[in-house]
Amino acid sequence: MDRRNFLKVAGVGAGTIALPVTGRAIAADELTLPADASLQRVLADAALAAAKQAGASYADVRVGRYLNQFVVTRELKVQNIVNTESVGVGVRVIAKDTWGFAATSSLTPKAVAEAARNAVAIAKANSVYQTEPVKLAPVKGVGEVSWRTPIKKNAMEIPIADKVDMLMAVNEAALNNGASFVNSTFYLVNEQKYFASTDGSYIDQDIHRVWAPMSVTAVDKETGKFRSRNGLSDPMGMGWEYFDGDDSEKIPGVTTRYRYSYDMVEDATLAAQQAQAKLTAPSVKPGRYSLVLDPTHLMLTIHESVGHPLELDRVLGYEANYAGTSFATLDKWRTKEFEYGSSLVNLFADKVQPHSLGAVGYDDEGVKTKKWDLVRDGVLVNYQAIRDQAHIIDEKESHGCCYADSWSTVQFQRMPNVSLEPGTEKLSVDEMIADVEDGIYIVGRGSYSIDQQRYNFQFGGQLFYEIKDGEITGQIEDVAYQSNTQEFWNACSAICDERDYRLGGSFFDGKGQPSQVSAVSHGCATTRFDDVNVINTARKLG
Amino acid sequence: MTILNKIAARASLEKVIALSIADGCEANLEGSNIGNIRYARNSVSTAGVTEDISLVVQCNFGKKVGTATINEFDDASLAKVVARAEETARLAPESPEFMPVLGPQKYAESDAFVTATAAIKPQYRAKAAAASIGPARENGATAAGFLNDSASFSAMMNSEGLFAYHTSTNVNFTVTVRSNDGTGSGWASSDDNDVRRLDVAQTSGVALQKALQSREAKALEPGKYTVILEPNAAAQLIGRMFFSFGARQADEGRSFLAKKGGGTRLGEQVFDERVSVYGDPLDKRVPVGTWNQSGEPVGKLDIIKNGVVENLFYSRYWADFKGVDSVPQPNNLIMVGGDKTQEELIKNTERGILVSRLWYIRALDPQTQLYTGLTRDGTFYIEDGEIKFPVKNFRFNESPVIMLNNLEELGKGERVSVFGFPVVMPSMKVREFTFSSLSDAV
Repeated sequence: MDRRNFLKVAGVGAGTIALPVTGRAIAADELTLPADASLQRVLADAALAAAKQAGASYADVRVGRYLNQFVVTRELKVQNIVNTESVGVGVRVIAKDTWGFAATSSLTPKAVAEAARNAVAIAKANSVYQTEPVKLAPVKGVGEVSWRTPIKKNAMEIPIADKVDMLMAVNEAALNNGASFVNSTFYLVNEQKYFASTDGSYIDQDIHRVWAPMSVTAVDKETGKFRSRNGLSDPMGMGWEYFDGDDSEKIPGVTTRYRYSYDMVEDATLAAQQAQAKLTAPSVKPGRYSLVLDPTHLMLTIHESVGHPLELDRVLGYEANYAGTSFATLDKWRTKEFEYGSSLVNLFADKVQPHSLGAVGYDDEGVKTKKWDLVRDGVLVNYQAIRDQAHIIDEKESHGCCYADSWSTVQFQRMPNVSLEPGTEKLSVDEMIADVEDGIYIVGRGSYSIDQQRYNFQFGGQLFYEIKDGEITGQIEDVAYQSNTQEFWNACSAICDERDYRLGGSFFDGKGQPSQVSAVSHGCATTRFDDVNVINTARKLG
Repeated sequence: MTILNKIAARASLEKVIALSIADGCEANLEGSNIGNIRYARNSVSTAGVTEDISLVVQCNFGKKVGTATINEFDDASLAKVVARAEETARLAPESPEFMPVLGPQKYAESDAFVTATAAIKPQYRAKAAAASIGPARENGATAAGFLNDSASFSAMMNSEGLFAYHTSTNVNFTVTVRSNDGTGSGWASSDDNDVRRLDVAQTSGVALQKALQSREAKALEPGKYTVILEPNAAAQLIGRMFFSFGARQADEGRSFLAKKGGGTRLGEQVFDERVSVYGDPLDKRVPVGTWNQSGEPVGKLDIIKNGVVENLFYSRYWADFKGVDSVPQPNNLIMVGGDKTQEELIKNTERGILVSRLWYIRALDPQTQLYTGLTRDGTFYIEDGEIKFPVKNFRFNESPVIMLNNLEELGKGERVSVFGFPVVMPSMKVREFTFSSLSDAV
């Protein structure tokens, strides 16, 4: 499901409610049933055998069962409860040194073998125009293995009534604290993926993710002004335990932030009060400021200005027609001294971080996952690469970041978790702010836009606080900052220590044609950037 | 295989409806065959075909609603899916905004299915890629493109006797050509129901020409400029505005179409009087289905006429609540254009910027419809009626509402695709378009 279809389901797009078009709806009880492993093995073997017989030199097959549950509410009303399931098989092959892919929703050995033969036929048709033969980094078959997201409570097993009750309490809290409107949703994901390849792997994975997006709006009918404040939680690679609201996971301050446990009622209460305050908050004076960026905000800046430019397929030009290319070209990397950021900046990639959206045991081409450096002491040191790209950057093995968002889509290089290491010296958020003369403290993600080579960007937020002479003076509005990626990361002057390290994330990282989404997390602690250009986004109509 | 004809679709749905004992039952059946090819670096990268079909059954007891589905069609499976939907409905809390299923409706026939498109084979896609890659390579450039074709059907039936059926095809082609020195980039697209009207080589040629012309761009100071937006650039910005044409958002005071003190701007002059936008499923340029997911007929609808807001979209629930007729959102958009070609618009321009494409557009403020984004793949300086030189890309911060009040001239309409919806959009000349900074991106 992409972002637009989610908006349709959630009813926050065009104001309508519709079933998702990428999945079929099912009864809630089915969401807890496991997939049948013996059938998966039979289907996988049928596909691999048919592909080899048709002339494939390599084949992999993914038998996928993708489950979503949505509980959608507004004010004191349940708007929709939808359970979706999408089941099918995707077969990817190499024939005549060329990729081919076909998929089917028919779960019979005959249909799956037919898909495999289709994939080989497509590879052969395209091989005529192929100028770059596929070269795969080796992977050792792992035999039959399995992996599961380490959840404590399976969100799919929690009764619908409990979910509805929680969202009603959330919405009531918002309405009691000054909200004119409130939308809140549970968006729960379970990917059951069975991967097999001609390398000799049979990998069964059970992946869980949860998210509770919320938007609170305050309307001043007299002035016609309206302002919204979105929830400060993030999607997580966790189970229902994320919604326990454990006090020990709260970060106090100008507003409460949450680490690995979310108190949604508290956040709704604060959101309503802050949305009201936004209606009368003074407008920012444009200029150059020191920015203190909370992890709920900085995660998206990392995503856009580090995660994307270091995707090797973008760097090489494979995404030129859609997501774009990258300023971080191979010649810059080869110098081993390209200063991506200041010497404080250490950025790493991983597919293993606990609670993260990207964490899996094996990627979608059967590679065991790991952690690696992208930027070390400010210098660009590596990219994100999969099996058919590893040789280009002199790597002996894939980084293990290949992913497809459905059985029906072909897997390709996707962004792993990309995170900023916390500072090594002790520094709290309060100490950081105490040192700022003229700055803005930004919490939450707002609008975000960046060019197709990832130079020029502009970001907004949810909450903006003016800092004068080391003190927060109050909420301000209409803030967006513009910068250039390299200039911005070189302006990084302080990073809080690991006590403030938190994960943010998104369900909707988009790339590829046909467009696919991927869920990815970004960790960081509160970070300071100096002398950044801030614009005022207020305009008047008519 | 997954494209059921009308008789087969009706027969499957009749079985489903007959099995339900709920107060209301509605079933939707959809299937599609999709094929695509993707190329980059002057070489084919991925290609594939996907087929899928699904049956969704929604049952309600009063305002308690449940949904279930299945992709097997034997009698036992159909009985199972209906029983599951009914069970979920019994367990669900009441949905206060649920509307009972509609009675039978009359729908116009829209001719959106083209057999030639449904019959596209892998060889066609491979040849299309070759027709794009060859000229790029011969001209010192690199092509990356994507061709996606689909044939699909959708059908619905409910317990009040409503039946609807629609088939459609689509083929969409986009291509980016970059000069091998990395200083020039061009993009072009074509979108149609009928593959016979698609000319991949011609579309790709436009992108190649832009790539070569946009090399070694000069930097201009950011600021307010007269711009000529090509149809695709205009559509990407203007198309977003229609997400805010919901009556409920406006009535609730959280839309740019809400009025101070309450009420909406329905019937008011909000745009330049040359601005007219409507939806029409039977328009031959952009044929689409004539019903929506609730089974409501979707006909021709004026949204903006001569700058006046003629209609806001009313869901069935909101229409009932407000005591008015529902107004379904159109499945396509057509903005009325002028007679002039883009070249003629350029000829009449003393100083301005030609914008081929806008990219990464994001909302800044729903109150003013302010968006930010960047130009991309061919941005040129115009002086004394001629394109003088390519310019570096800009970031813009602009509102389509302000833009459609600063209209200078409209060109001819062209079919483009916005979020997968077919749109006819003219090229347009607009004054005082706000560019806020420069980008080094090519």
